[in-house]
Amino acid sequence: MLIKELVEADGVSGHEDAVRELLLKAIEGCADEYRIDALGNLIAVKYGSGGSAWPKKVMVSAHMDEVGLMVTHIERDGTLRFSPVGGIDPRVMPAKVVRIGDERIPGVIAVKPIHLLEPSERWRVLQFDQLAIDTGMSCDEVNRKVSPGTYAAFATSFEVLDEGGLRTVKGKAFDDRAGCAALVELLKETYPFDLYAAFTVQEEVGLRGARVAAYAVEPDVAFALEGTICDDSPKDKDTSPTTRLGAGPALTAMDRSVICDRRLIGLLTAEAEAAGIPYQFKQPGIGGTDAGAMHVQREGIPSAVLAVPCRYIHSPVCVLSLNDFDNAVRLMRGALYRLTGGLGA
Amino acid sequence: MKELIRSLVEAYGPSGSEGQVRELISAQVQGAATSVRTDALGNLIATVKGTGGGRRIMLAAHMDEIGLVASYVDEKGFVRFQPIGGVSTRTLVGGRVRFAGGLRGVIGAEQKDVGDLPRIDQLFIDVGARSRESCPVAVGDVACFDRPFVDLGERLVAKAFDDRIACAVLIQAMQELGETAHEVSFVFTVQEEVGLRGAQTAAYGVDAELGIAVDVTLTGDTPQARTMAVGLGAGPAIKVKDRGMLAHQGVRRWMERTAQAEGIPYQLEVLEAGTTDGMAMQTTRAGIPVGVLSIPSRYVHTPSEMVDYQDVLNSVRLLVALLKKPVEL
Repeated sequence: MLIKELVEADGVSGHEDAVRELLLKAIEGCADEYRIDALGNLIAVKYGSGGSAWPKKVMVSAHMDEVGLMVTHIERDGTLRFSPVGGIDPRVMPAKVVRIGDERIPGVIAVKPIHLLEPSERWRVLQFDQLAIDTGMSCDEVNRKVSPGTYAAFATSFEVLDEGGLRTVKGKAFDDRAGCAALVELLKETYPFDLYAAFTVQEEVGLRGARVAAYAVEPDVAFALEGTICDDSPKDKDTSPTTRLGAGPALTAMDRSVICDRRLIGLLTAEAEAAGIPYQFKQPGIGGTDAGAMHVQREGIPSAVLAVPCRYIHSPVCVLSLNDFDNAVRLMRGALYRLTGGLGA
Repeated sequence: MKELIRSLVEAYGPSGSEGQVRELISAQVQGAATSVRTDALGNLIATVKGTGGGRRIMLAAHMDEIGLVASYVDEKGFVRFQPIGGVSTRTLVGGRVRFAGGLRGVIGAEQKDVGDLPRIDQLFIDVGARSRESCPVAVGDVACFDRPFVDLGERLVAKAFDDRIACAVLIQAMQELGETAHEVSFVFTVQEEVGLRGAQTAAYGVDAELGIAVDVTLTGDTPQARTMAVGLGAGPAIKVKDRGMLAHQGVRRWMERTAQAEGIPYQLEVLEAGTTDGMAMQTTRAGIPVGVLSIPSRYVHTPSEMVDYQDVLNSVRLLVALLKKPVEL
């Protein structure tokens, strides 16, 4: 399964190479051409069958990078100090296993045993500058293999949690390898227009890859495929779960980075209704996506977001429903075929 | 000009939902413009071709206003929301809002565990529904403040003077302009309140040689106000700097000289918070000189913003004077 391979690879922002290698193999045979730009974006093109007066070019993005860590300093005893790359909650860090560098050296984020904790320490959250990675190796060995600037990623395996029902799976980096896997699926078909599949870099540190990719591609319309926040555990107060697992792919009205084009939202909902695909609206105002960078490129590009709900994103382990994933692919594909009808007013 | 102002400020148009405002403005500028187009993000670009020999100038006033977006409808039909742009909860409780189709609601607050100032997640819109099923609001629906325009004589009060008053100034200036050598694009931008997004793409598209953004600015003339040397009724303000830009000094001096020559009162503005479309225009492509003409306003980003009518008329005069003569930076 492609999504399993993708989430078991490591690709922290700025070092997406391993993910890109996997994607290069995956798009073989379905993309007509591809290039890798100066920042590392992989832009694959599927030629259109023709006959689309508008749009001529449609760009769909999914980001290859994930949140992770970067070594900043090696202590005299060989433990590694680090900084977060992208948005990570320090509460999820202690006692997690990580993989360091291209050799994927295992390491453990150190934690003080409960026996030694002062009562006041039990409720305190350790900040990143108080945490360290223990590789178990001697200082000399560590210095031979690791240096400041070396990346580390969470060491999490992909597993199927539930074969039937919601078809839930767990793994890291579904944000946004779910989008990457979906985008590969989209490349397997031919549309009336040229489809530019942009597997972007550095989304988690500020939508940097999508910005230059959209400038270069100069599409008529853009979509971002995402893995998004899902907070659907029961709560005391009747408030938004952001999205619900199993309730279908999520559309965005607005987040911190973009107000999605209403005509494209209409196109997506029309396709969902017609094809009987469940969908939901993500809680507005939260998060940001590649669409934020794409829609303000050049003279402006109508843009929208379609996302697979993922529980516990930006942590070492997330949960998603393959039903939502499959429905996201179906919905995006169907909406693409509808585009040639135009956007209307 | 007051009727034009009334129609603009009472229109519905939070960021991303500027369609109704765009239609109003489009009808106003058709006669005076050589060409009018709407770009991919929804910016309305009305261009006066000019007689030639002048500069290509972009003027910007944003059509959008701050507002609210429905984020969740609970079982009992109460609507939770998130802000669009810089909304303070201080201004919300007890207020009324209006959705695109005209549906109205009132803003209520939770009563348990609320401090002096409720957080936005402790507020909700009540549209009078009895249940989620009967609530006509869906997640993603957008609302603006619901307040009528009030004419106090010298002073005017309304929601959305930020930045419809500048839209009115641009429209009026365009109608009064007559002949000019410059090619002037009057751009009515979208999504300023969420990050100058419309101006960013419009500036790229217009590819001007010079820009002037027109927006409101704050004042320091109310009781116990933060210190700021701008007041209502002392004339349009010529921006020196704000949090997002330093106005081009050549443009600023040209604006000052023009005001002096025409006998138009003006003030210099140093704004400590906020910025305008000018910031996005200044850094488009290889960069262009940009200045900002500001209309002083009290109570900005509340449902009751206040401007001085003479300041508005003088802003029109200054803009027309600037566009009539050769640009000398």
